[in-house]
Amino acid sequence: MNVTIVDYNSGNISSVINSFKEVARDKVNIEVTSDLNKIKSSDKVVLPGQGSFKSCVDALNNISGLVDTLNEFAISNKKPLLGICVGLQMFADIGYEETETKGLGWISGKVSKIDNQNGNYKLPHIGWNEINIVKDSKIFKDIENNSHMYFVHSYEFVPKDKNVISATTDYSSNIVCSVEKENIFGTQFHPEKSDKTGLKIIDNFINL
Amino acid sequence: MLKNRIIPCLDVKNGRVVKGINFVDLKDAGDPVEQAKIYSDGGADEICFLDITASNENRDTIYDVVEKTSKKCFVPLTVGGGVRSVDDISRLLNCGADKVSINTAAVQNSEVVVESSKKFGSQCIVVAIDAKKSNDKWEIFTHGGRNNTRIDAIEFAGKMQDSGAGELLVTSMDRDGTQVGYDIELMSKISSKVNIPVIASGGVGNLDHLVDGIKLGNASAVLAASIFHYGKHSVKEAKEYLDSKGIPVRI
Repeated sequence: MNVTIVDYNSGNISSVINSFKEVARDKVNIEVTSDLNKIKSSDKVVLPGQGSFKSCVDALNNISGLVDTLNEFAISNKKPLLGICVGLQMFADIGYEETETKGLGWISGKVSKIDNQNGNYKLPHIGWNEINIVKDSKIFKDIENNSHMYFVHSYEFVPKDKNVISATTDYSSNIVCSVEKENIFGTQFHPEKSDKTGLKIIDNFINL
Repeated sequence: MLKNRIIPCLDVKNGRVVKGINFVDLKDAGDPVEQAKIYSDGGADEICFLDITASNENRDTIYDVVEKTSKKCFVPLTVGGGVRSVDDISRLLNCGADKVSINTAAVQNSEVVVESSKKFGSQCIVVAIDAKKSNDKWEIFTHGGRNNTRIDAIEFAGKMQDSGAGELLVTSMDRDGTQVGYDIELMSKISSKVNIPVIASGGVGNLDHLVDGIKLGNASAVLAASIFHYGKHSVKEAKEYLDSKGIPVRI
């Protein structure tokens, strides 16, 4: 099996690569590439993302044919895709970081700044927080409710259809931290930095 | 609920740990990779490496250490010490660091913070502020504490937030190495000045100091070196103690 981590200059992805290689060992081949043919032929795709919503969307659009290839992979062919952090946020129709930017539109909704309750909460939301699992998601197999995951973000995904939400976390408000819509999965937290529990989520995705 | 973080810090010189933990079952007590793994297995919320390599010819050793550690530890890894440019930051991130802390370079030229936070995202840019009390204010020191810039630390903290820093690592030079506790006044002043998380550092000698850093200093995270290095306390003990004092921690 081939799992491709999309390398589209979205910031620092070495931790994502390290964690997937750690979990995959010799059983699964992990590719790190922006090569469209390799993405097309892979079994699963991971879409990481660091920095701002706009910088990630711009980086995707800078690689000719990449958005079309991802659309074909996830929407037409319905193959499993995991978005991490801004990778998840880009599923939305629109994001408001820096300036209004169009997302991939795979899961209807918007990405807006976390309400810091008049400065009562620090942003970015950095550190370990518990996840409240609200829906049985395939990537949460053997993951206990209220497990700790590592977060670092200032913006949140607000999907229109609440049925796609698989987990939330409590900060200044109830923040969506995981979604599942058919073959599309996303986590706002960083499974690659969430120690053994995070690696288990990666393992679950690889074993889908 | 977001948990307060405990961050053990390892001083690394020429690729080797200085003042490491003396565990009997440790094959190589000077190996930063093994030490970091012990901390992450013991529940450390993040790991911090401070590179104190003095000579330029050995500066590359830290990259190798970071690369090896990031393949074994799956909690966030912050690396600081001698970071001078956007290129240095880029190289550390490519080796597997999750955050880079910038000290002297940020004081000399805040554009490094502006540029790097734009390029890599604020989440990986930590500005390290080394401050010493002088009458009723705190002044910033650079070059590992040798150089007094006379810059006001509290105002500088605000400037770094505006420049794009994602977190501030605040060290009291008066307290560093003394084991008498954090400079709580400095921590709370900076913490109320900025809306980004503050990591308290410098002076921890016992577990109550960690409690004070969070409860009185309003720090989001507490960093300590020697209480963990010398095996006085494990990270697990520290967390259980904080928990018993009503501080939210990941256990």
